[in-house]
Amino acid sequence: MKATSLDDIIAAISTPAGNGGIGIVRVSGNGCIDLANELFTGADLTKKESHTISFGYIKNPANNNVVDEVLVSIMRAPKTYTRDDVVEINCHGGTQACQKVLEVCVNAGARLAEQGEFTKRAFLNGRIDLTQAEAVIDIINAKTDLGRQSAVNQLEGSITKTVRDLRDTLLTAIATIEASIDYPEHDIEEETYDILRARATEILEKTQKLIDSADKGKIIREGISTVILGKPNVGKSSLLNYLLDEERAIVTDIPGTTRDTVEEFINIGGVPVKIVDTAGIRETHDTVEKIGVEKSKEYANKADLILMMADTSRSITDEDRQILDIIRNKKAIVILNKIDLPKEIDINEICDIVSKENIISVSAKDGTGMEELTKRLKEMFFGGEIELNNDILISNVRHQNSLFAAKNSLIKAIETINMCMPVDFVSMDLTEAYNHFGEITGDSVDDELLDRIFSQFCLGK
Amino acid sequence: MTAYLADECDVIVVGAGHAGCEAAMAAARLGFKTIVFAINLDSIAMMPCNPSIGGSSKGHLVREIDALGGEMGKNIDKTYIQTKMLNTGKGPAVYSLRAQADKNRYKDTMKQTMEQIPNLIIRQGEVTKLLTEGGAVSGVETSSGAMYKAKSVVLAAGTYLKARCLYGETIIESGPNGLKAATELSQSLMENGINLYRFKTGTPARIDSKTVDYSKMQIQHGDKDIVPFSFENKAEDIAREQVPCYLTYTNEKTHEIIKANLHRSPLYAGVIEGTGPRYCPSIEDKVVRFADKLQHQIFIEPEGENTNELYVQGMSSSLPEEVQVALYRTVPGLENCQFMRTAYAIEYDCIDATQLKLSLEFKAVRGLFGAGQFNGTSGYEEAAAQGLIAGINAVMYIKGEEPVILDRSDAYIGVLIDDIVTKGSKEPYRMMTSRAEYRLLLRQDNADQRLTPLGYKIGLISEERYQKFVEKERLVAEEKARINNTVVTPKEEVQQFLNENRSTPLKSGAKLCDLLKRPELSYEQLAVIDTKRPQLEREVWEQAALQIKYEGYIKQQLNQVEQFKKLEKRLLPENIDYSEVRGLRIEAMQKLNNIKPLSIGHASRIAGVSPADISVLLIHLEQLKGRHNG
Repeated sequence: MKATSLDDIIAAISTPAGNGGIGIVRVSGNGCIDLANELFTGADLTKKESHTISFGYIKNPANNNVVDEVLVSIMRAPKTYTRDDVVEINCHGGTQACQKVLEVCVNAGARLAEQGEFTKRAFLNGRIDLTQAEAVIDIINAKTDLGRQSAVNQLEGSITKTVRDLRDTLLTAIATIEASIDYPEHDIEEETYDILRARATEILEKTQKLIDSADKGKIIREGISTVILGKPNVGKSSLLNYLLDEERAIVTDIPGTTRDTVEEFINIGGVPVKIVDTAGIRETHDTVEKIGVEKSKEYANKADLILMMADTSRSITDEDRQILDIIRNKKAIVILNKIDLPKEIDINEICDIVSKENIISVSAKDGTGMEELTKRLKEMFFGGEIELNNDILISNVRHQNSLFAAKNSLIKAIETINMCMPVDFVSMDLTEAYNHFGEITGDSVDDELLDRIFSQFCLGK
Repeated sequence: MTAYLADECDVIVVGAGHAGCEAAMAAARLGFKTIVFAINLDSIAMMPCNPSIGGSSKGHLVREIDALGGEMGKNIDKTYIQTKMLNTGKGPAVYSLRAQADKNRYKDTMKQTMEQIPNLIIRQGEVTKLLTEGGAVSGVETSSGAMYKAKSVVLAAGTYLKARCLYGETIIESGPNGLKAATELSQSLMENGINLYRFKTGTPARIDSKTVDYSKMQIQHGDKDIVPFSFENKAEDIAREQVPCYLTYTNEKTHEIIKANLHRSPLYAGVIEGTGPRYCPSIEDKVVRFADKLQHQIFIEPEGENTNELYVQGMSSSLPEEVQVALYRTVPGLENCQFMRTAYAIEYDCIDATQLKLSLEFKAVRGLFGAGQFNGTSGYEEAAAQGLIAGINAVMYIKGEEPVILDRSDAYIGVLIDDIVTKGSKEPYRMMTSRAEYRLLLRQDNADQRLTPLGYKIGLISEERYQKFVEKERLVAEEKARINNTVVTPKEEVQQFLNENRSTPLKSGAKLCDLLKRPELSYEQLAVIDTKRPQLEREVWEQAALQIKYEGYIKQQLNQVEQFKKLEKRLLPENIDYSEVRGLRIEAMQKLNNIKPLSIGHASRIAGVSPADISVLLIHLEQLKGRHNG
């Protein structure tokens, strides 16, 4: 089954990313006014006339917390951009507020709009002139995200793999139920409700993790949060400069962050990396001294990855030991800088803390060893060693929608199991979840199920 | 041989198996002169494999055939010897009726019924040629040179086209059961641009009941409370004494014999070219593919009351005859069994059904329809379902009216036809409940609700039957309203009843319908506290109770169907050249040009057509509309 729908509720942030005075979340489709009304306190939107604006609050129905103070415009079909009902929620500027409002809309049943989808609907509903049709096709065929580079593509590969694993677990459960239904006379060992519940719950949790990573959309905006630690004069700023001077340095500062804790977003061999506190590294030459051990610890705790720098031309000091203590049991690479100078360091103490493959010798001055660093970074990232918020990133809107839908089906499945409904109902919900996962991997459904049934069970007359 | 004009008619049906019978009867009952050909009239409605009708999802098909005005349900109700409702613990959508048939009575009764139909001519003969004029079918010719002119032709040749039966080194050029194969028609079809494929299937041996020791097997009885297949029959009218089946198992000795002789199986020796179904594996397939399984189930099913022949379900094989006998005799109870018919594999020509439209009409030849195993399916019920639709649409074609097309939310028949026409099949296609995405709506109990109004409109349901149906619907609605409006107060006997049934006691008054929705309570149990309940027929209260009990789930599927229908309603013109649609990917373009889908929804089910392609199609449709209006 494919997710194509003509008038379900779609939602998106319609203002450009970045800091603005306001941000607008646009919602369109059959029932979108009712949906907005459920989230809104301030007025009964269902009774408002078309093309009016109401002041109030968007609340999260799950906990009744206020998400943002907003102005909501109601535009009823057909005189709207899409010719369906449209609601526009004017939030406070900045990505945060809009993102949160969008999130509650999606939790309430809206689907994230795909690239160009409002325009597509406008066209399909006859709102836009025929001459614009080709432009719409171009939008549809364009890559979904501008930032889609090799890193993103590789990531999609790993998403697909994760989702395939989830589907596989589901398929086993479904196949067992379906085989027992389609071959009632065969002695098939059925899974108990306890096992089914455990399976569904496990998959639900994993799905939630995927969704969490999608929420942050980290891949585009943030990258691996990385902190560079090292005692004074080990070459932190040389390393930073080396990395930034390269062509691969992309993206400027991050919206929403203040100037004084600047983060740089760079692309190292296809791995998106966000370096924390670059200002600190640049302005002073004694980071640890300045920000103190406590602050370093704090950064290190928040970071996905720590790059510790040490100086090969000097022996290990107490300062180094303090940092080594911080990186104990964390994802860290120790960079031994200045290999162009005579070697004084004894690395045994370092080897106690980090494994050998994570100790890399470089010369930040002439770039020696940087390739190896890049290679190691890639291995850690794509090999799944570095966990970003524990998981893979979802950047594709269609994938996000499918994950949301799969999650809802799994919740329903667990409810059905808890009510002790007959297996058929359980299978229905599980199959729905399975189909939604299939939308991500692009695999066809029924063939797989039959393949599984007939490979798992010996059936037939 | 000189050809001569033998007769003229409206519809010709080639083949009188389960598809051909339904097609011929439907066309004739709709008032059109119909001739049905069988290679041998003694094989009309013959069951060459298992002696049963129905089962999971197949039972649904039979109920649907009946609801539309077909014959299969009525015929099995007249000739069953055991019946069972399967899956009763697994949810209402998958309840499935299955009956053991008396094979001989089944086919004789069907033939008699057909003989009573005024417009129906039954003729023994082998059709050898398809006659066409200007891209449309014009009739057929038989092996005796007789030409029969017709406006429409339904091909329901089953497994007879270039059939050959095999076991061990033995190869017999024949159709099933030693009947003559149809050796010439394939060539004529190919000359008319129809592509043929080769499929295979198989059947177990038949053994003599008097040589079987039943004491070593488990007896399997039918249900006490029976449910008829036909909505027109009442349980009490068709009640009868039932005949048991038996269950036994293979063992390691059986498997050893098979493994030692595998090289002599034509399938493993590479003699068989055809593709066989995974769901109908031979015993040697099972032993090879599931090597760790120490035993396999074997069901012993009588072929009828007036015969000693027993069908050995689970033991289909194409091993040499003497190996078959030896391996059968390793099974408890069959130690001394005598073979009456040898198991065999059969290979035959069939089509890839993507050559058909959803109406089952060939895209290449106007007025020519395909149905049944010939279309690449397997199973009596699947065949009958297609036969009925092909017969109806042959008539619609002659009348110049829109064909009858059931969609995936209407019926299993719709799922079946949509699947084979849209996706084709690499193996004989078997209906399964898992193929129906809206199966909670496509229950066997509500087939009449779904299809009888349509059958009435087509003309296969009599006025009298239709009025009965309308009355039943009225009673169901009335009982539903009563259950929805009845208030139950938390008085002592109610609380006691709830306690006894491990259900939470009431805190305040509740609707009867809310209690019925509790998984642990049934309509029957609620009788204790539902004292003002009216006397109703079982099928009425069952229907009312079911619709209320599963309301939430049913609504959920209805919502999905609503979405589905929106896309089904966006029709694609038949003459679109998809290679000229800008923005489609090449693979999608080719697939679309081949299948020529009826609607956007239909297109979205074609493998290789992506959501982006669908968006492009939607936009293209709009453009066409704009051009048309402008």
